[in-house]
Amino acid sequence: MTRSSRLHQAEHRWALAFVAAPVLGYVLFTAYPVGFALYTSMTRWNGLGAMRFIGLDNYVRLFGDQYFWQSMGNTVFYMIGIPIGLALSLALAIGMNRAIPLRSMLRTVYYVPVISSLAAIAILWQWAYNGDFGLVNQFLAWFGIDGPNWLASTLWAKPAIVIMLIWKGLGYSMILYLAAIQSVPRSLYEAAELDGANGWQKFRTITLPMVRPVTFFLVVTQVIAGSQIFTEINIMTPGGGPEYSTASSVFHIWRQAFRYQDMGYGTAMAIMLGVLILIITLVQFRLNQRNSFVLD
Amino acid sequence: MTEESATSSASSTTTGTTPGRGGTAPDTAERTPPRAGTTPDKTGTPAGTAPATAGTTPDGAGNGAAGTAPGAPPPGGGPVRTGRRPAARRLGRRAQGRIADWLVLAVLAVGGIAMVAPLVWMFSTSLKTKTEVFALPPVWIPEIPQWDTYVRMWENSNILTGFQNSFVVAASVTVLGTITCSLAAFALAKMRLPGRNAIFVGLLTGVMIPFPTLMIPQFVMFSRIGWVDTLLPLIVPAVFGNVIVIFFLKQYLENVPNSIIEAAKIDGASYWQIFWRLIFPIIRPAVSAQFILWFMMVWNDYLAPILYLNTPERQTLQVVIANMNVQYATQRDYPLIMAASFVALLPILAVFLIFQRQIIESVALTGTKG
Repeated sequence: MTRSSRLHQAEHRWALAFVAAPVLGYVLFTAYPVGFALYTSMTRWNGLGAMRFIGLDNYVRLFGDQYFWQSMGNTVFYMIGIPIGLALSLALAIGMNRAIPLRSMLRTVYYVPVISSLAAIAILWQWAYNGDFGLVNQFLAWFGIDGPNWLASTLWAKPAIVIMLIWKGLGYSMILYLAAIQSVPRSLYEAAELDGANGWQKFRTITLPMVRPVTFFLVVTQVIAGSQIFTEINIMTPGGGPEYSTASSVFHIWRQAFRYQDMGYGTAMAIMLGVLILIITLVQFRLNQRNSFVLD
Repeated sequence: MTEESATSSASSTTTGTTPGRGGTAPDTAERTPPRAGTTPDKTGTPAGTAPATAGTTPDGAGNGAAGTAPGAPPPGGGPVRTGRRPAARRLGRRAQGRIADWLVLAVLAVGGIAMVAPLVWMFSTSLKTKTEVFALPPVWIPEIPQWDTYVRMWENSNILTGFQNSFVVAASVTVLGTITCSLAAFALAKMRLPGRNAIFVGLLTGVMIPFPTLMIPQFVMFSRIGWVDTLLPLIVPAVFGNVIVIFFLKQYLENVPNSIIEAAKIDGASYWQIFWRLIFPIIRPAVSAQFILWFMMVWNDYLAPILYLNTPERQTLQVVIANMNVQYATQRDYPLIMAASFVALLPILAVFLIFQRQIIESVALTGTKG
């Protein structure tokens, strides 16, 4: 054995030792649970007693479970906040990119909700949405609007949560857009100006395409995060809202598994959710690839 | 509108978005004459050292001292750009730009008020009497601030144990997790290891599996070994490393030249020494950025803690305030609830205000690189 290969072997051993923890963690806390979940999802099980194998019955049951589909629908509804939030934060970022006074203070102010504890924010907004004494309705009263009892209304509970989500997430998207806008080469705008482009044309043909990677990143991550929305729902509408109108998928899964001890069925839904998130993400990557090809 | 944006983007590249910079309008609200050579496009990342970040760093390298931009591993340092300012200006344009700036400021300020108003209201409510809470029209400044509410809160609740538990979880996860992540990133970026890329890609597949899918089997696992109602299930899995953190540290390390590691090897340093004496100091800026972000994430976590923690004294802060919300809402004790929620916000808020520039920059980087 040559000296160099022995040296390499020592390096291999050290490298292996250094990556051992994450690899072991992956096996113990991701790979094994996935396998276990696949099996559990095919059983009827309360988490304590014996598991009873029932094949794909849980998955069949899921297709007929109106609460599952309702919670899926609610989860999708919450995502209408994503495009609204992105449009707002892009506008904010464009404004923030100007050399205005107090710029960095404003940037900080917009970012405060992002870093704030979601539980505390959810508690705050639950109180702010109080029909009689809440901040939101008191604000609306200035304009002579008699606001609804937001979280107790099947019509308004979901929009109320969407508004809160937009408020909380605005600063994050804004920071990413701001970074992207600042990296757009100025020469592009100068060339467009020579061609007589107006502000809107420059926005559409330069800014928007140039921030596209950020938009893509934000859409993908926010859809993934949005599919897993739970804390806000659990705190603001502890029972899943009026007629289950605010329950999200994860809320429904959590309730089935940990409130009703229906572990097998809960796991089946959790796997379904994971698969759906994966498919949606892959489709987004596919669409993104195709569109950027067209752009090039 | 975007015209000025472009111009001021040049300004911010040169100066960075230093906090407290106000009133720079005269310099930037004007179109600079095109100067191909000096246009600081592609942001101020030093060419060659950071291909991965070029063009995406907001003002990273310009703020090299802040140390969160992977663009500039020491001893390169960030280029210090002295902004070239346009010599000729027409007053008309300048005035126009200023008016537009003030308009934008007005809009952003209104939005900013909407951002902080709920939080101010939270604090104000915490100081109200129970009757003031239900006053119409609303009271913004309580007649006599009820600081006593905060005393009651510490005495009658598990806020204190909540703080302790949250701190134990967040600190052990981030301190130990950062070490495992840094070691793994070093091995995956800089060491010879058969199947290195396969290992990395394999780890990345774990990111695609959302926590809700894993939570039931993980819960069953931990309940079988009797860890339910302890902090261990919140700590132990994270200590094995976080793939996202590994990813960013690895990216950062890719920009470190191999030659310095080879030199250390020739000097007879062991890999352990190379890591602690050489690699860790180099990646420290990236590590501290990830550390803060991770700490905030763990501190604010809610789903995993409510799965595992039942005994009030063992719950983390977020669960404690959520339970207080349920318990005291029936007594209409909103000041107490708001006081607890406000206090729960404070540590992270303080950390954010202290490190805001580093945090915002590293967030911008993680986003634009992902």
